[in-house]
Amino acid sequence: MALLEIENLHRRFGGLHAVNDVSFAVQAGQIKAVIGPNGAGKTTLFNLVSGALVPSSGVVRFQGREIQGRRPFEIAARGMARTYQNIKMFTGMTALENVMVGCHLQGRAGFLASMLHAPWIWEEELEIRNKSMELLELLEIADYAHIEATSLAFGQQRAVELARALAMQPALLLLDEPAAGLNIYETAEVGRLISKIRDMGITVLLVEHDMSLVMDISDEIVVLCFGEKIAEDLPLAIQQNPDVIRIYLGE
Amino acid sequence: MTTELFVQYLFAGITYGSIYAIVAIGFNIIYNTTGIINFAQGEFVMLGGMIAISLLPLLPLPLAIAAAVGLTMIIGALIEMIFIRWLKSPSVLRMIIITIGISILTREAAVHIWGENIRALPYFVGNEISTIGILGARISPQVLWVVGVCGVMVAILHLFFQTSSVGREMRACAANRMAAILCGINPRNMVTLSFVLSAGMGALAGCVMSPITYSQYDMGTGLAIKGFTVAILGGLGNSGGAVVAGLLLGAIEAFSVSVVPLAFKDAISIAILLVILFVRPHGIFGSGEAARLKAF
Amino acid sequence: MKRFIVLLPLLAVVVLVQLLSTWTGTQFYLTQMTMAAYYSLLIIGLCVLMGYAGQISLGHAGFFAIGGYLSAALTTHNLVAFKGVAVVRLLEGCALLQAGKDLYGGELLVVTPWAAAILAVLVAAAVAVVIGIPVLKLKGHYLAMATLGFGIIIYRLALASAWLGEADGISGVPPFVLLPGLVVRGDSAGRVQNYYIAWGVLLVGLFLLLNLIGSRVGRALRSIHGSEEAADAMGVNCARFKLQTFVLSAVFAAIAGVLLTHFNGGIGPSEAGVMKSVRYVAIVAVGGMAHLWGALIMGVLLNFLSLRGVFGTYDDAVFGFILIVIMLFAPNGILSLLASRKKRKANPQKIAANQER
Repeated sequence: MALLEIENLHRRFGGLHAVNDVSFAVQAGQIKAVIGPNGAGKTTLFNLVSGALVPSSGVVRFQGREIQGRRPFEIAARGMARTYQNIKMFTGMTALENVMVGCHLQGRAGFLASMLHAPWIWEEELEIRNKSMELLELLEIADYAHIEATSLAFGQQRAVELARALAMQPALLLLDEPAAGLNIYETAEVGRLISKIRDMGITVLLVEHDMSLVMDISDEIVVLCFGEKIAEDLPLAIQQNPDVIRIYLGE
Repeated sequence: MTTELFVQYLFAGITYGSIYAIVAIGFNIIYNTTGIINFAQGEFVMLGGMIAISLLPLLPLPLAIAAAVGLTMIIGALIEMIFIRWLKSPSVLRMIIITIGISILTREAAVHIWGENIRALPYFVGNEISTIGILGARISPQVLWVVGVCGVMVAILHLFFQTSSVGREMRACAANRMAAILCGINPRNMVTLSFVLSAGMGALAGCVMSPITYSQYDMGTGLAIKGFTVAILGGLGNSGGAVVAGLLLGAIEAFSVSVVPLAFKDAISIAILLVILFVRPHGIFGSGEAARLKAF
Repeated sequence: MKRFIVLLPLLAVVVLVQLLSTWTGTQFYLTQMTMAAYYSLLIIGLCVLMGYAGQISLGHAGFFAIGGYLSAALTTHNLVAFKGVAVVRLLEGCALLQAGKDLYGGELLVVTPWAAAILAVLVAAAVAVVIGIPVLKLKGHYLAMATLGFGIIIYRLALASAWLGEADGISGVPPFVLLPGLVVRGDSAGRVQNYYIAWGVLLVGLFLLLNLIGSRVGRALRSIHGSEEAADAMGVNCARFKLQTFVLSAVFAAIAGVLLTHFNGGIGPSEAGVMKSVRYVAIVAVGGMAHLWGALIMGVLLNFLSLRGVFGTYDDAVFGFILIVIMLFAPNGILSLLASRKKRKANPQKIAANQER
């Protein structure tokens, strides 16, 4: 059984068919990439999978259970984490606090316990804080832990966002253009990082424009064009697929 | 219910409905150019009536009204220039609080100038007991003034937005501010103009309604919330919808008086607002997709 | 424990103020300090809702009024005439009613203040749930107008129903015996005691809220404020957290309403007015939105000045003025002006870089 199965997924915005009958599966332990020209429906697809958008029709199955139409926080609780193309930091919170929000689902403290400051909360907080700090160290941004996240440099914000997603201990990680806005060295670094994440046992589904990165790290690639899937294959085969070459280089 | 009584209620509904529609259109004009809901909208209506009443000993009625409308327009322009114009992309919460503050200051200024007394302009034609018979019901001629003036105002406004070049520029700013700037339109002036326009409309409505509904320093909040109800009901930013929704709310209010005590009249229209907000926040005439595209 | 220590200086100030007023023979100030404390209880609750959860409410005077009016009505309306009714007998059996004599020596049977208070707070919480579920789906202007509408409905109901005293409100509310010897009442004999009751309640409220915002829940609330979409994707159930905060702040408002009504011996419709709600929002804004201490200090200061009549007939105008000036020049509150000046001195380059962005 695949970790994530997408079957005949559709999403229309008025007359626009943003995602049109897309089906594919992501196996556990894979790095799978979704590529395609601008406006191909890649980010819409991500939003449908993560619950930010509700599909017009079709099935999304995660760990064997249908999740289409579920709210994002429910899907998150089942072990799916994501990052955003245009980074969404929590404004007014430090890098560390951002990552600690990622640990939200591992905490239990509710309103009453928090207000009364039940004794076990102290330990829970400490545990979450240590774990978040470790993640910042893993991504080599521990020095910026106590700086407000939105005032960090772009690449550092990307790293915070990644740490935040990893803090959720997800089974599946959706990365929306993780290398956008990064230079060639940083991109290579991100590539190594994604492989490392996979080695930690986390399955990765990513949308990316940088072809060299995609070809380097992915196990399989799905190509979208105008909302439709036109190819799904191994990286080498995709490079030689005539349809793919046509949409990228023109007729 | 007899025909006479029905017509009587209907006209009461149309009178109030016209006023609500004018306030709602005032909301819409400013909302379209700025994305702001101006919580001080009701105060323009109050100012129009109050200033006209104060000028009446000095000027004949038509001139007093004209001067009141002119003065309120200047106040509208000043409010925009002092409080709104120089803010760089303020948050919605900030704008809500600022316009609420403006409404409080205007109201407090009014109570110190005019006191808490209820005042009224004289009837434009005849007096409070002169009536016209329509379908057996006795209607005050002032009612026709209210409906007529509001109708003409809506028509002129429509023509202004559709045919004049300034109106087109305002619409361009509403549709796409950045593109309008690139076409050489100064959106700041358009925002000022939108405040002037909605202040003027509010003031004129305040004058024509004053003989029937009276003017008082604290009438603004009630009018604002009903005008907002109407604006939402008609779809925020949609002035045609506002007219229909205004008349609808006016009629509902008027007929509700025959069912529930008068004291609960306001509670009913607010309950309608709440229900509409919960069920169809994009209004009964607006479409959900279009509403989602606007930045709330 | 750390948070207990934070409260100690405040406790010291509270005691100091009382001692000073006794030494200087200005104990009458304590009455306004007591009332200001109750209003501030509402305001710190609203501060968590507005500043941390990022939801504006222009109807919080409504919750205050639900608390105050319900406890006032229940503890003043004579049930002697209904003595035969089963419900009344049942209440009496549960010791929820107390007997007494009215001014003319007639028999009086009313609900006990404790029962009335608990019921009033529960009703406020229930109303907050019912209103909050649909209202909190709204954003920006819509939320502001919907909560404003809620406030006006409560005001109109208070003004229109004979049971709530119409324009006169309810007077003759009996003292509230919290514990034997600990009585909420407004006479000058109980002045010092009531000052400590009010400030005790406020300090406990502050303590609970400080704990809340420093915890997992507080972090989740701030993340909702920072980016609701991302918080949702982190597994934060935004709707539930917003609703719980709304209910919590409503409960704080209702408790303030109950206690202040017993202290004043009555409540009038102006307590439910829109202007009151706006005033609370203004004070939270002056305090810096997401700043409990700011809200507390400003709440006590401005309410005290207002209750002393310092602003005269310009009372409402002053709050309108404050609202505008703060939102125009210091949207992060008065305290932020001091903080940013300090920061600018410390690190001019970084501030300049931030401003360019």
